[in-house]
Amino acid sequence: MAIIQIKGVAKQYGKVHALHSIDMTIADQEFMVLLGASGCGKTTLLRIVAGLETATTGEVWIGEKRVDKLAPKDRGIAMVFQNYAVFPHLTVYENIAFGLRMAKMEQKEVDRRVERTATLMHIEGLLKRYSGQLSGGQRQRVAVARALATEPQVLLMDEPLSNLDALLRMEMRAELKTVLAESNTTTIYVTHDQVEAMSMADRIAIMNGGKIVQASSAVEVYRNPAAHFVGSFIGNPPMNFLTADNSGDGFWQVAGVRVKGPDTSQKSIQFAIRPEDIVVHGKSGDGSTASEGAFTAGVRILEPLGSHLLASCKVDDQLFRVVLNSDAEVQPGDTLQWSPQADRVRWFDPETELALSTV
Amino acid sequence: MYPRSLPYLLLLPSTLFLCVFFLYPFGLVAWQAFVTDTGQFTSEFFVEMKSHWKFNTAFTNTILLALAVVPFQVCLALYMATLVNGMKRGRDLILYIWTIPLGISDLAAGIIWLAIFEQTGFLNSMMQGMGFIDQPVSLLSYQNTGMIFLAILLAEVWRATAIVLVILVAGMGLIPKEYYEAAEVFGAGRWKRFTKITLPMLKPSLQTAMILRVIMAFEVFAVVVALGGTNLPVLMGEIYTWQFDLQDANVAAAYALVILLISISCTLLIMWGLRTPKEARV
Repeated sequence: MAIIQIKGVAKQYGKVHALHSIDMTIADQEFMVLLGASGCGKTTLLRIVAGLETATTGEVWIGEKRVDKLAPKDRGIAMVFQNYAVFPHLTVYENIAFGLRMAKMEQKEVDRRVERTATLMHIEGLLKRYSGQLSGGQRQRVAVARALATEPQVLLMDEPLSNLDALLRMEMRAELKTVLAESNTTTIYVTHDQVEAMSMADRIAIMNGGKIVQASSAVEVYRNPAAHFVGSFIGNPPMNFLTADNSGDGFWQVAGVRVKGPDTSQKSIQFAIRPEDIVVHGKSGDGSTASEGAFTAGVRILEPLGSHLLASCKVDDQLFRVVLNSDAEVQPGDTLQWSPQADRVRWFDPETELALSTV
Repeated sequence: MYPRSLPYLLLLPSTLFLCVFFLYPFGLVAWQAFVTDTGQFTSEFFVEMKSHWKFNTAFTNTILLALAVVPFQVCLALYMATLVNGMKRGRDLILYIWTIPLGISDLAAGIIWLAIFEQTGFLNSMMQGMGFIDQPVSLLSYQNTGMIFLAILLAEVWRATAIVLVILVAGMGLIPKEYYEAAEVFGAGRWKRFTKITLPMLKPSLQTAMILRVIMAFEVFAVVVALGGTNLPVLMGEIYTWQFDLQDANVAAAYALVILLISISCTLLIMWGLRTPKEARV
């Protein structure tokens, strides 16, 4: 139950800038996911909020309190660690009660809270066991229960599901979302898994090279990437990019086709489209009536993925992926005729790497 | 695949070694303690040992020394290990320096401390130089067993704390950092982290270190001889006296069995006291 404000937080290790002046406000009870490849600074940022790491410059506010000089225990936070950090020498009960014992809570209240959170995480039958007798998924549940038992203002999660197998991860994802929605805490959740990020987050902050590139809802990040990096990182397969050369009056030459685009004076920009936002008219030479000004794509590799067929093609000698219907009759070597869904085309400036608006 | 006998075959050399150099002499000593030269079983050597006026003093002194030295060493080593583990730089250097006394034989260590405490020693000249005393005093005289005890304690702590330290530093290095971070986040301060995380997770190392140290403490000999001569009798010193001065190997063997017995009981006590439940092991 608190707003988190991160003001100009930067972190340097010697000469290496791990974080470049991060500014971010996380609303009360919001579920914010920090998403990025390893080494992008997302865990460092989380640990700075937790107090396990000190920022070189900048401030962290939780609610009305500036916390970046406080010890972790005085920040009103709880954390779930990547390797769970469930104490092996304590029973599940004592693990969940750890934070409460440290706060010198009455036994009655400890019992109540441990029971409540254990029931919430479906581990009420394991309270007498030790961590060594639990599976990875159960340990994960203990770690979450331990964090929730302290009823923190802010819950920090550092890749909590990354050590679970795929099926369990999907199950826990849904469960965590439900549990956290009821808990009224503000959550920062670090992950490198975009599916996890998109399925759980109220808002995703995509990080790259120690900066936040974009912080928006899952759909917004997917549909309207603020930068080239976001488009190429989010989505599986990611966005397609083609070089576009200026042909004047806001028109651009993309792979031999003239397309209406942003009205800038740059010589060359990037045309971008998601693989599933492509309308395929047919194959060249099969007599279908391709509309005037359609693009062509030479099919190279086909990957039948069940729900759809992924075709890796070449367009103007650049890699281009198209999502096709699973039963589409295409062979490697075919040439597809396609056009983009007009409202889904995005443009990027190759120098700043930022999105260009089409007004 | 290898034949099923291979593991036993590989164990054979060390088993033989143990039998020839440990079990066999042990059997001889036990035999000597219970059997007379004429081959009769007897408890007379134990009775003789027990009735000698020095036995009770030696026994008490040995136990008291172990009780004073070992807990102090363990606490000190814990503190030192915490310091070493918290260091970012120079960790290895400090560890090397702190373990130098390990390379010094216990007799040499005793002599070093004798050089400090004897009548013409450093401590006396220092106190005289600063005007605390008019003339050198005999610190380690027979009227002053308390001082001898203290000097032995200091020498033992100086000499043998490092072995505990090395074991504890290695043990602390094995505790994952994430446990400390979790404890910190959930409200444990420095002291609580030490008592709630370090100590319980260090149990196996503590167990090893304490067993080793306690056994060594019951065998204390050279340091005592150097600093106290015969003024502070200990069990090991009595073995030497009976064996070589009084030429009675049987009573010496009885003494040896007494040391063995208290070593075994202490080992069992430590193993029980610092046990980790099977399911709580990492």
